[in-house]
Amino acid sequence: MEAATTPALDVRADFPIFTREFDGRPLVYLDSAATSQKPAAVIEAMDDYYRRHNANVHRGVYALAQEATDLFEGARERIAAFAGGETATTIFTRNATEAINLVAYAWGREHVGPGDVVLITEMEHHSNIVPWQLLCQETGAELRYLGVSDDGRLSLDELDAELASGRVKLAAFAHISNVLGTINPVADMVARVRAAGALSLIDGSQGVPQLPVDVGALDADFYAWTGHKAVGPTGIGVLHGRREILEAMRPFLGGGDMIRTVGFQESTWNDLPWKFEAGTSMIAEGVGLGAAVDYLSGLGMERVRAHERELTRHALERLAGVEGLRVIGPAGAGDRGGVISFELAGIHPHDVAELLNRDGVCVRAGHHCAMPLMRRLGVPATARASFGPYNSREDADALVAALQHAREVFQI
Amino acid sequence: MDDLYRGYILDHYKRPRNFGELDPHDLEAHDHNPLCGDEMGVHIRVGEDGTITELRFHGQGCAISQAAASIASDEYVGMPAGDVAGLDGEWIIDLLGIPISATRRKCALLNLKVMRAAITGDASWPAGSG
Repeated sequence: MEAATTPALDVRADFPIFTREFDGRPLVYLDSAATSQKPAAVIEAMDDYYRRHNANVHRGVYALAQEATDLFEGARERIAAFAGGETATTIFTRNATEAINLVAYAWGREHVGPGDVVLITEMEHHSNIVPWQLLCQETGAELRYLGVSDDGRLSLDELDAELASGRVKLAAFAHISNVLGTINPVADMVARVRAAGALSLIDGSQGVPQLPVDVGALDADFYAWTGHKAVGPTGIGVLHGRREILEAMRPFLGGGDMIRTVGFQESTWNDLPWKFEAGTSMIAEGVGLGAAVDYLSGLGMERVRAHERELTRHALERLAGVEGLRVIGPAGAGDRGGVISFELAGIHPHDVAELLNRDGVCVRAGHHCAMPLMRRLGVPATARASFGPYNSREDADALVAALQHAREVFQI
Repeated sequence: MDDLYRGYILDHYKRPRNFGELDPHDLEAHDHNPLCGDEMGVHIRVGEDGTITELRFHGQGCAISQAAASIASDEYVGMPAGDVAGLDGEWIIDLLGIPISATRRKCALLNLKVMRAAITGDASWPAGSG
C-alpha cells in the first residue's frame, strides 16, 4: 500500500465551469483525458486578444499587427520552454492528430518504402495508428505492433527484438496510455530506437498535461501533443521535432506564410517553424495555450503529477471496494497516470456512464479511440474516469458512490 | 422506479429472449454501433410463405440495445420478412416503452438496423435514428 498523502492542489475555483450545477448537483468532471476544463486565465487571455489585440500576424507593418505577432510568437516561446523544446522547432498544428499526420506525410512519404517497418504499440490511440496504416498502405511498408501485457505494460525486450530486424524506420508510441493510464518508459524506448538507427515519435497527448515533460532531455525525434487536454483551447496542437530532420523535410501543407518566395512553377520555404504552418495561424488559440502553460507552470508540473498520483491512489483504493469492479491497467499509482478504465460486472459501460451522469459524474464509455487495444484486452468497451488538477478526493468518492448507486438500479 | 432502467428492461437485458445463434439459417447480418462499440448479429429462418419462423440475435451491448433486441425478437416471429423493411425507429422505441434520449437512439435502433440489413441488404440506419 502506498502512503496516503493530502492532494497537493486545490484549484477548482480557478475554473469557471465548476460554478455550474446539474439538477442541483455540483459538476464532478472525470473526463480530462478527453479534454480538460479551462482556467479563467486562458479564457480571459483569448477574450483579451480578440477585444484588444486582434490582427493577422507576421508581415503587418502597423502597431496592432505587431502586438498580435508578439503575443502569438511570445506564446510559442513559452510553450516551447514549458515542454523543454526550442522555439524554432516547436510547430503549431491543429491538434496532436495533425502533428502525427504531418510526420507521416512529410517525413514518412520520403523515407519509408517497401520492406520497411513502422513500429507502434497495441495501446495507441487511433491518432497514432491510422496515419501509419495509411503510410504503410501507400508505400508497401509493414505496420507492426508491440504487444501489451495483461497488466497493461510494454516490454523493452520485445522492442529490442523488433528493432533487431533492422527494418524499423520509425517507432511511434504513447507517453501515457489514454485507456490504461500506463506511463511508458519512453526515455529508454527512444534510446533503443535511436541505437537501432530508427526515428522515434512520442504521442504526448496525455503526457504533457500530467507529467513534467522535457522533450530536449527525452531526445525523441518527434514529440506531439495537444492544447485542449492541457487546460488550453481546442484547435491547437504542438509538434516538437529534431532540427536537422525538420530542415531536411518537405513541407506538409502548402499555402501562405510557409513560403519564402513563390514563383510561377515553384517556391522556396520559410524558416522553421513557419515552413510547416501554412495559412493564417490559430492566433487566439496560440495566445490561449500560452496562458495555459503559464498557468500549469505556476502550479508546477511536479505538483500536478503528485496531486493526480495521490488522487489515483485514493480512487484505486476506493474502487477496490466496489463489488464486481475490475480495473484495467497497471495495479498501483506509481507508473500510472490519472486515468482509470474499468468494467463493472453486469452493467455495460454505456449504462454505467448514463447512470453516473444522473449523479452528476461525467465519465466516458466506449472504445476511447483505441479499438485494437479493446480487442487485445478482450472487452467491447470500458468506462473511464480521468483526473485533472481541479479534481479532489471528493470527486473520486462521488464516483464510487455513483457506482454503488448504479449497482442498486441494476439490482445487482 | 427508474424511468429508463425499468424492471422489464433489466429483465430482458439479463435474460434476453431468442439470444444465441441459429444454424442453419436463411438470412444473417452483423453490424456494430461505432459510437460505443456495441455489436449485434442476427440469424433468421424464413418459412415457405415468407414469414419469419425463428430468429436469434447475438453480440454484446448496453441494456437498451439488448432489451430492444429481446423485446422486438418476439414481434418479428410470424411477421412477413418483407414487412421488416417498413419498420422505422418509432416502432422499436414504442415497443421499448421508455423515454429514449438522442444519445441512446442508436442503441435502441441497432437491432432493427441489423434485421433490415439481413432481410433487405440495406445496412443504413432506420428512419428516426437521430
